[in-house]
Amino acid sequence: MRVGRFLANPLLWVGMLFAVLLLRMGELRPVLRWAFPGAEPVIYQRSSFLTLFLSHLGLVAGASGAAIIVGVALAVFVTRPAGRDFRAMVNALATVGQTFPPAAVLAITVPILGFGARPTMIALFLYGLLPIIENAIAGLEGVPRGVREAAAGLGLSPWQQLRDVDLPLAAPVILSGVRVSVTIAIGTATIGSTVGALTLGTPIFNGLVTNKLPFVLEGAVLVALFAILTDMLFSRVERWLQQGAKQGDQ
Amino acid sequence: MIEIDGVTKRFDDRLVVDHLSLSVPAGGFCVLLGSSGSGKSTTLRMINRLIAFDSGSIRVGQEDVRTVPVEVLRRRIGYAIQSIGLFPHWTVEDNIATVPRLLKWPQSRMRDRVTELLELFRLEPEIYRRKYPHQLSGGEQQRVGVARALAADPELLLMDEPFGAVDPITRDALQAELLRIHRATTKTIVFVTHDIEEALRLATQIAILHEGRIAQFGSPLEILERPASDFVSDFVSRQGLGLKLLSVRRIGDRVRAGETAAGEPLTVDTSLRDALSVMITRRAERLPVCDAEGRNLGVIALADLIR
Repeated sequence: MRVGRFLANPLLWVGMLFAVLLLRMGELRPVLRWAFPGAEPVIYQRSSFLTLFLSHLGLVAGASGAAIIVGVALAVFVTRPAGRDFRAMVNALATVGQTFPPAAVLAITVPILGFGARPTMIALFLYGLLPIIENAIAGLEGVPRGVREAAAGLGLSPWQQLRDVDLPLAAPVILSGVRVSVTIAIGTATIGSTVGALTLGTPIFNGLVTNKLPFVLEGAVLVALFAILTDMLFSRVERWLQQGAKQGDQ
Repeated sequence: MIEIDGVTKRFDDRLVVDHLSLSVPAGGFCVLLGSSGSGKSTTLRMINRLIAFDSGSIRVGQEDVRTVPVEVLRRRIGYAIQSIGLFPHWTVEDNIATVPRLLKWPQSRMRDRVTELLELFRLEPEIYRRKYPHQLSGGEQQRVGVARALAADPELLLMDEPFGAVDPITRDALQAELLRIHRATTKTIVFVTHDIEEALRLATQIAILHEGRIAQFGSPLEILERPASDFVSDFVSRQGLGLKLLSVRRIGDRVRAGETAAGEPLTVDTSLRDALSVMITRRAERLPVCDAEGRNLGVIALADLIR
């Protein structure tokens, strides 16, 4: 029964497919040779897919981690009495960050920071900030008035109100913003390859430039599976959080 | 217990509370009664400094509230509100133990206190302590809200229309429980409502507020019998005055000692109104009366109610 449910879990199958492709892409060589005759080599080999994935993961984790910290901190600030006046400004800045295409951010930052991972990280950070800020503000403002008044009236300090009441209650909404932001960042990180960052986009752009369709396919499939897998993991955590809030139901 | 002295509060240019002075003795049950915008809620929230006042002073038990650090002050004063504001992600036990936890009580003492309070509100401790707020009915939630306000055994309890959002039957039960608890614990209570019947039932003193000022301050009986102004007399509404008078008078001083009657006895602190109600439902003109310990005191008769 439990084994059955475990096996029926799509997360398991997507995860396994991703891991197998990541580590054993070479096994597909005969298939790719048959599908793309004359395109030798059919497997991207300049770096291993595992290396590309780890570098990609590092970029996304760094940029999203920074966006989460900065985004939530800004949302907390503008929902406190002291920061209320800055709310419109923060919202406007985040929106500008979102409308600015990541490619344009790269064009501006590369001359300043040089090629490599750093301009990519900045582009991802700016691009990922908006969904986090917007959701964190919505989540914090969604804490019922009565709950906030009771917390203050019972004598919780402003810091205790934030830590024990506001953030836990806003967590599901904040998390769905993080989910959107991270999933977008995984896809967007591929363009970092154009400025020399090592990502799963590297074989894609290499394949486009050298006209090697199998490379494009390999990179694209891995990026897509990476994004899907991450999204599934987040939805797992979200469901778990919601159950946490209603655990008394059973 | 509470001395409010010439307190004034403006919101922008609007004068909300205007040189208001009020004194509530220890153990008193003071109801701030008024329509919306009368300043009653603002006055209440100035006592625990959820709202800062512009001038005047408020003392709670000899201490000026502005000389005490605000969180220390609030942890000393119980606070219950209409929207209850239970923390939805905490169990009933954790909700009730909010202030004891802030005061760093030991675990065992908190646990015992939660048990005691749940029993006080007639909520079976072993069933209710692990429930979450969304699993409770409105009345149960409000009981937990009041229990939470009482958790650290504050001398003073502030209540802002706590029973405003529950159905009439539950409200009636909650009022009875609050009266019982007030008598049992001799806490000082300041209670805001716009409901005259509720005020008459609960208060030892009523302050009727109008445009940020006190229109009259006195016992329920004084306010019904000798309204200080046309405003007060309109507000308490002469319509149904007789029934209101019945509801603030107790049967105790009208008992015919030494006589007997059949049926379940009423206690001496029953209101004349409740006594009348029982007579009507039982179709009886005479009812036996007993004291709080159940000792027979005599009889109350229909004619005694209108004396």
